[in-house]
Formats: sequence, C-alpha cells, structure tokens
Amino acid sequence: MASTTQLPTRTAKSRKSLWQKFWSSTNERMGYLFILPSLTHIILFLFIPLGFSLFLSFTDWRGTNIYNAPWVGLDNYEFMMGDRRFWNAMQNSAYYTLLSVPLGMAISLGVAVVMNQKLRGTYFFRTLFFMPVISSWVAVSVIWITILDPQAGILNYLLTSIGLPSVNWLGDPSTAMPSIVIIAIWKGLGFQMIIWLAGLQAVPEVLYEAASIDGANSWQKFRSITIPLLAPTSFFLFVTGVIGSFQVFSPVYVITGGGPRGATDVAVHRIYLRAFEGFDMGYASAQAWVLFSIIFVLTLVQFWVRRRRGEETLF
Amino acid sequence: MIYEKKPWDLPLKILGYSILCLVALAMIVPFIWMVSTSLKPSGAEFAYPPQILPTSFNLENYKNLFTLVPFGRYFLNTIIVTFFTVFGQIIICSMAAYAFARLKFIGRDVLFVLYLATMMIPFQIILIPLFLIVFGLGWVNTYQGLIIPGISSVFGIFLLRQAFMSVPGDYQDAARIDGASEFVIYWRIFLPLNGPALATLGVFSFMGTWTDLLWPLLIARDQDMRTLELGLAYFNSSLSAFQQTNWPLVMAAAVVLMLPVLLVYIFAQRYFIEGISLSGVK
Repeated sequence: MASTTQLPTRTAKSRKSLWQKFWSSTNERMGYLFILPSLTHIILFLFIPLGFSLFLSFTDWRGTNIYNAPWVGLDNYEFMMGDRRFWNAMQNSAYYTLLSVPLGMAISLGVAVVMNQKLRGTYFFRTLFFMPVISSWVAVSVIWITILDPQAGILNYLLTSIGLPSVNWLGDPSTAMPSIVIIAIWKGLGFQMIIWLAGLQAVPEVLYEAASIDGANSWQKFRSITIPLLAPTSFFLFVTGVIGSFQVFSPVYVITGGGPRGATDVAVHRIYLRAFEGFDMGYASAQAWVLFSIIFVLTLVQFWVRRRRGEETLF
Repeated sequence: MIYEKKPWDLPLKILGYSILCLVALAMIVPFIWMVSTSLKPSGAEFAYPPQILPTSFNLENYKNLFTLVPFGRYFLNTIIVTFFTVFGQIIICSMAAYAFARLKFIGRDVLFVLYLATMMIPFQIILIPLFLIVFGLGWVNTYQGLIIPGISSVFGIFLLRQAFMSVPGDYQDAARIDGASEFVIYWRIFLPLNGPALATLGVFSFMGTWTDLLWPLLIARDQDMRTLELGLAYFNSSLSAFQQTNWPLVMAAAVVLMLPVLLVYIFAQRYFIEGISLSGVK
C-alpha cells in the first residue's frame, strides 16, 4: 500500500542529479544562510589555524617571511625529546594537575554537601563563594601576591600568630607551585560546588529514606548512595579539571613568571615564552601539538574507562 | 514521612554553619583586603600586623589611576571590545543555533558533530597561527583584531541550540502557514521566547571577554589599545621591574577592573548559575 504509492516518487528522485538532490525543496536552503556567519568564522579562525599550526610544527620558522619557512621534518619533535625545559614544564603541569584537581574536587564536594543540608542563607553563601569564580585572574593574582608576601602578608601573619613558622610562599621553589594551587582552588571552589550541588540535588530523596528505614547512618548513606550516584558529576569535574589544569597560564604569567628557578613554569607558559618572546614559532607549535595530544589521550582514556564501567558518556 | 527531631540536629546545624562561615571568610577576606589596600596611602600597605579593614579613606590612588596611567582609555577599550563581542556572539550563535535546532538541510548533523568536536581543541594550539592570520590581515593593534576572533563560539551555539529545541514545533508551523519567512520566525518568535538563554550566553561572554588576558596580550601591542585586564597585568610587571610596586595603586586598578564584573554578576546571577548547571550536567 504505502510502498506502491511511494514507488514512482522514489524512481523520480533517483533520476535527479546529486546536485539537484542536494538543492531540492526538502533541503531547506535557509539553513546554510543561517550557519554561514558561524561557519565562516570557524573555518577562518579555527580550522585554518589548526592546519597551519600543524604545518608550522614541521618548520623552523622564526617569524620572518612565512613563504620561505624552512621545512625541517620531525626535527622539532626530536629536539623536544631532549629539551629539559620543556619536560620540566610538562612535569610542572602534571604536578599542578595532580595537586589541584583531587584537592579542589574534595573540598568543593565537602562544601556542597553542607550547602545541600537546606540550611537558611545558602543563597547568600552561594553568592559569596562564587565571587572568585567570576573574578579576573589578574586581579586575583595581584591580591594573592600581597596576601602571600613573606614578611607582611596576611597568611604568614595568621601562621605565626598561632605559633607556626612563616613560609616564603612564592619565593621558595618547593612551595611556589602549592601556592598557585591554593589560589586556583580558592578561585574554582564556587564553580565546582555549583556542579556538585546540581548533582546532589538530582539524587532521589526516596533512596535516603529507604536507607534510613534500614538503619543506615549518615556516613553509610553518603558512601553507598551519594558517592555512586554522583559518578557522572565527578567524571565531568575530573575531565574538565584535568583539561583546564593542563591549560593554566594566567596565574603563572602574572604571579611567578615561571619562577623561582622554573618551579612553576607550566606547559602553556613555556609555549608562550618560546613563541612570543623567543619568536621560535615552529618549535612552539610542535610543543603545542604535543600538549594537545597529551590532553586528547587523557580524555580518551577517561572516556574508555567510563564506557568499560558501563556508565553512560556525558557528551 | 514524619520527621523526628534528633538530639544531634542542633550541633550538626552549628557545625554546618561554622564550616560555611569559615569558607565564606576565606572567600571574602581577599576582596576586603583589595578594597582596603586601595584606600591606603602609598607605602602603608605593608604595615605590620596587616590591617584587613580599611584604616584610612583616601581616594588618591583612584585619582592617580586616571591621571598617571591612561586607565580611562583602557576602560573605554574594554567596553568597546566587550560590547561588540557579546553582541556578535548573541547574533551569530543564535542564528547557527536556529539552523541546527530547527532547519533541515543536508549535512546538518555531521556539521554539528564537527562543531562540537572543536570544543576539545585548546585555544593555545591555534594561538600562534591565529595571531599570524590576524597579523596578516593587518589587525594587530586594532579593535577588529581584539573583537572578531571571539565573535562566535561553539559553546554559545550549543547552549542556544538546547534552548531552541525546547520551543514547541507548533509555533514554527503556525508562523509558516501564515507565510512568515524563516528569518521572521527566528527574529520574532525564537529570540523573544529564549530571553533567559540569550541572557546566559550574554553574561558568559561578557565575563570571558572582560577578563581575557592571553589574546589582548598578543594583539594590543600599543599602550592605547590595552584592555583593563592587560593594563593591570603590565602595571604589576612594569612596576615591579623597579623593585617597588605601588600596591595601593595596583589594588585600586584591580577594584576598577572587578567592579563591573561583580555588578553584572550580582544582577544576573540566576543566568550565570543556570548556564553553569546547564553546561555541566546536561
């Protein structure tokens, strides 16, 4: 029935050329008009630069005439293998990520759990906790430089007043990175808390009630209900946290400039220095691609682990 | 279910409030410190013990900010760049979002997946060639160089597409029967119906542009083209080159930079939180 009536139209359709099919009335041509501005933008400012940067990474271009950029093959990548500064920067980025992501997630989860207890005034607290999130990195950085000042900063004043020794926060290579991490956690707490809170509020109340009837205490409920049901949220925070941490730039640029003695020189900062202060654009592009590959692989591994555990993927 | 009052309810409540207050204190003290330092005379910022609450109230630093440094110019630049970026993002992203959500055309879904995939690409990887392209166009030290690369975002398209998908299809059909063109449907039906989503995008792109550092750092080579964020960053580093940073002046600059962002945040908080929950949990 339906198939016999459709038969003639189908043969007519198949006789149309590919172009006619593409430009037929079932294809709403307006669609192309509507995406034209964004498509032009994404091609010009994303796809072309992407290809261009891959090309640059195989050249030894140093900011002169682009038409005679010397092709060096894999030389940049080979040189990178033995570049101690680059690996130091990658190590610093990994260190920063390992410190800031788990700590930030744990602290913000703690705050979110308290915020979820339906206390009065949570709106007020949320507004406050969110102020650092929306603040600019440079403003936050200059504030914290003075707070962490070894002689007259507030933090050392607090430490010494409770009898602890004062710390040369940003001046000592061993504490400089933890200091940046403290600032980053302080700045990101509100954001992570909002995401946790949204996850917590999606946990059905019935589960807690059922557990209470079975005689579970608060900690057991938290461990066996809250934590497993928060898995998608923690996955999201983990992935975005790792990706974001490998891209950290502003606080390092403003607060330490990579110092002291290269202790806070993270990957993006290194690429920036190579490209825009050393004008070593080819080599810096190669570094950017290695950084990108690492971020990409980390993300894929996380997706893979999640898929294997049978959890639904997020994107 | 009947709620029983338990004996440890009150202590738990007190514990909860003390945690919140402690965190709130840690969050707010740096800001109070910023404001109070900006009101101190130069040289008094490192008095010992540190004075967190303002001890003096002189606006000298704010006056110096606009007379000694071209901070007024930075402010104007930031307003121009932010305004056009936000405006452009709202128009371009909403147009693309309408096409992706509500129009059928060949290659739409493939294109959308391609768009989404670009969200994985870190900005740093295209930084160098993007700079070269902008340089080739002769846009270094110009407003278009600061504005146009940021005038559309995949995140914005994604956000608005989600909102546009939830508009009932009947509206579109009814308008088509009445003979409305696609543009009229987009402009007169979809944009007005999605005010909150557009506001969310507006607030996000305002915050992002106002506080961006890396891109202006590359494009604004002249002092006259600097934005506030960049001005403050240079301010800090150029002054510390003389080993003598004038902290009250720097803090005054930080206050001027932060004030518009905080105001927008306080008035548009709802859109901001909604946007974050939407992008994070969807």
